[in-house]
Amino acid sequence: MNNEEVSHEQSLVVHDLGHAAHVHHHKQSFITKYIFSQDHKIISRQFLITGIIWALIGGLFSVIFRLQLGYPDSTFPFLQDLLGHWAPGGKLDPEFYYALVTMHGTILVFFVLTAGLSGTFANFLIPLQVGARDMASPFLNMLSYWFFFSASIVMFCSLFLQTGPASGGWTIYPPLSALGDAMSGSKTGMDMWLASMGLFIISQLLAGLNYITTILNMRTKGMSMTRLPLTIWSLFFTAVLGVLSFPVLLSAVVLLLFDRHLGTSFFLSDIVIGGKILPNEGGSPILFQHLFWFLGHPEVYIIALPAMGITSEVISVNSRKPIFGYMAMVGSFFAIAALSFMVWAHHMFVTGLNPFLGSFFVLLTLLIAVPSAIKVFNWLTTLWKGSIRFTPGMLFAIGFVSLFISGGLTGIWLGNSSLDIHLHDTYFVVAHFHLVMGVASMFGMFAGVYHWFPKMFGRYMNNTLSYIHFWITIAGAYCIFWPMHYEGLAGMPRRYYDFSNWESFKMFGGLNEFISVVALIVFATQLLFIFNFFYSIFKGRKVTTPNPWGATTLEWTTPIRPGHGNWISEIPEVYRWPYDYGKDGRDFIPQTEPVGENENRH
Amino acid sequence: METALARTKTHLWGGGRSPFNVSYGKLMMWYFLMSDSFTFGAFLISYGSIRFSLNYWVNHNYVFNEFPFTEANLPLAFVSLMTFILIFSSVTMVLAVHEGHKMNKKGVEKWLALTILGGLCFLGSQAWEWTGLITGHHKVLVDGAIQYWGTTVSHNPWGPKVLFHGEMVATPGPVAFGGYFFGITGFHGFHVFTGVIINSIMLTKTRLGHFEKRGHYEMIEKAGLYWHFVDLVWVFVFLCFYLI
Repeated sequence: MNNEEVSHEQSLVVHDLGHAAHVHHHKQSFITKYIFSQDHKIISRQFLITGIIWALIGGLFSVIFRLQLGYPDSTFPFLQDLLGHWAPGGKLDPEFYYALVTMHGTILVFFVLTAGLSGTFANFLIPLQVGARDMASPFLNMLSYWFFFSASIVMFCSLFLQTGPASGGWTIYPPLSALGDAMSGSKTGMDMWLASMGLFIISQLLAGLNYITTILNMRTKGMSMTRLPLTIWSLFFTAVLGVLSFPVLLSAVVLLLFDRHLGTSFFLSDIVIGGKILPNEGGSPILFQHLFWFLGHPEVYIIALPAMGITSEVISVNSRKPIFGYMAMVGSFFAIAALSFMVWAHHMFVTGLNPFLGSFFVLLTLLIAVPSAIKVFNWLTTLWKGSIRFTPGMLFAIGFVSLFISGGLTGIWLGNSSLDIHLHDTYFVVAHFHLVMGVASMFGMFAGVYHWFPKMFGRYMNNTLSYIHFWITIAGAYCIFWPMHYEGLAGMPRRYYDFSNWESFKMFGGLNEFISVVALIVFATQLLFIFNFFYSIFKGRKVTTPNPWGATTLEWTTPIRPGHGNWISEIPEVYRWPYDYGKDGRDFIPQTEPVGENENRH
Repeated sequence: METALARTKTHLWGGGRSPFNVSYGKLMMWYFLMSDSFTFGAFLISYGSIRFSLNYWVNHNYVFNEFPFTEANLPLAFVSLMTFILIFSSVTMVLAVHEGHKMNKKGVEKWLALTILGGLCFLGSQAWEWTGLITGHHKVLVDGAIQYWGTTVSHNPWGPKVLFHGEMVATPGPVAFGGYFFGITGFHGFHVFTGVIINSIMLTKTRLGHFEKRGHYEMIEKAGLYWHFVDLVWVFVFLCFYLI
């Protein structure tokens, strides 16, 4: 028996499974169909809805700590009702302020923009767009969601601990995070944070292995790598980044747990706490930073790449034009993915890193500007002279480009180790990363949800609510984060509870209040989106045509509400790349249409 | 010739088949191993960076010189035996995979059982070695008085020796040794343990005739990939802790 037989047989098995599953569709119980489902489309919806719940919690946390930052002298009695002893008399407890900031970061970075974003769209789009009945291993795929779910449960429970959840910042630097005596948030809350992240890493590993394997092994006939939509390319590189960087975080998590409970000294050395000299010696807290940021920086691109892929696809479809520079887009994905592993120490310029070493990281960091700029110009040139349809998805995709430019340009400032001496840990950094990967990737996610909602649920979302959602969110995003650049340039540090003690920051009191008000409005607008989302699942306008956007890709060749197995008959064969828009006088040519005799090559 | 080559190439990546001619399961195993090697890599690089930032490390010829049932000084003899056992279990694994290709159920059972035995021997040896280290009594000069220490994550009796009442006595060594030694060999041992469990499941499935019914023994191959990886990691761990 050789390998070819096995792989051949596997594809046959998948074929059969698809047919069988479709025929016996009605026999599935509620539990196997909606709870422990192995259908990638259901799993994707599970990721999406879990992500939305987390986004709601994480967003609410930011509103609460923005209240403190905007109104440091006021009390809000309702906070005491909500948070109990964490807000005595309606004044946010400083310890809990740190817990909120930490949890806001952890939740948004990992649970919303990693699991919620690539979990949703990789699961949904990979089999549909490469032409497969399901993921390579539907079972591991299901397991991946349930590991994420259990990670969520552990993290959620930690919010209700008497000593509070982890509160040493989302980067959990030791020694603060390693010593329970250092602060209440470093007690059980930290252990649960580490346990939750352990489960989360397993979830990401299972998911990533599945995504990579499905894209490489399960493409339909004719779907060569260069005929893949850019969404698939972006999700492919995202999965590669996850599979190679999360294991290093696992090492850091394991070593930190040992330091906390087994008396080892990996990250601890020469510490006096509360007058007591600790026996630990020889460890290095900077080692932890290296391990953490070896994940942490690729993580930024794990968040950004899927949004870029979605944006590329949505912009091309709604400009009715081929994406500009397809191969350059693929190449820049590759360049970003490769460079992202070589720049982690730019988070550590002022941590005691050798300045000579820092210069290399400056160079590599600034190099990322090249592929990023290639992408931006390609999006702009795709839009250029297109017949643009301003659908809600398209608006959010254009919004992504705008935010990515605005936030990306300040990355060039921050990538310089000398400028970083002044700017590190100020609101300038907060503004930079929120624009370039936080809000921008949320925009990518919104673009994806609006664009593929008809495929996911067979209904449209309400357009009026969508437009209100878009305009308030983009205006709000700039109103919140643009002023933070000025505060940061003036040296205002991030993570502080109260700035009123500093004469030099008093002038920002009004600005902080403004930011907080806008944050509140933007948060309320997201509730509108969530209402729109859930309302439209049940009551939205029904989709009546299988290809409502006039797109070329394979997911629109399935029935309006595809069952498990996606295609009723044979999986379609692919003959062309996915961007034949406005070609030879035709609006679009689906990938499934053979290339004609007299047709121009793209 | 050239065009023929080009055609096969586009065909390979043209969709509708696996470009590497492997099943999805094997591909996943390879990528998993790549991921896992990053975890081990992170551990070993951390160990290296801390070790070389310190002025003093331990002399492994003194630390690892015990052998069961003898008081003789046999530096690195026991760990060599452990390594031999583990590598030999890789050989038996290869033979099990080979018998699987020939669809020889009895052969697979035999060699898989021996592989499991090898893994268990390794784990037992590791337990013996750890016990010896932790419960050992080594003379250490601490704050001007003699104490007797074992090697743990917080105690290292293998520091530089000083003259004390006319006798050379060790002082406390870097605690990082215990932390990294037990941390990394423990993490590796955990991998061996999971490997033994996986192999036991494979053995059970073989005995029940699952693979015979399926027509191929590919699961054994995948388990074998994992097992060889665990052995390969040991070679690096062995190198970093016992030889360098």
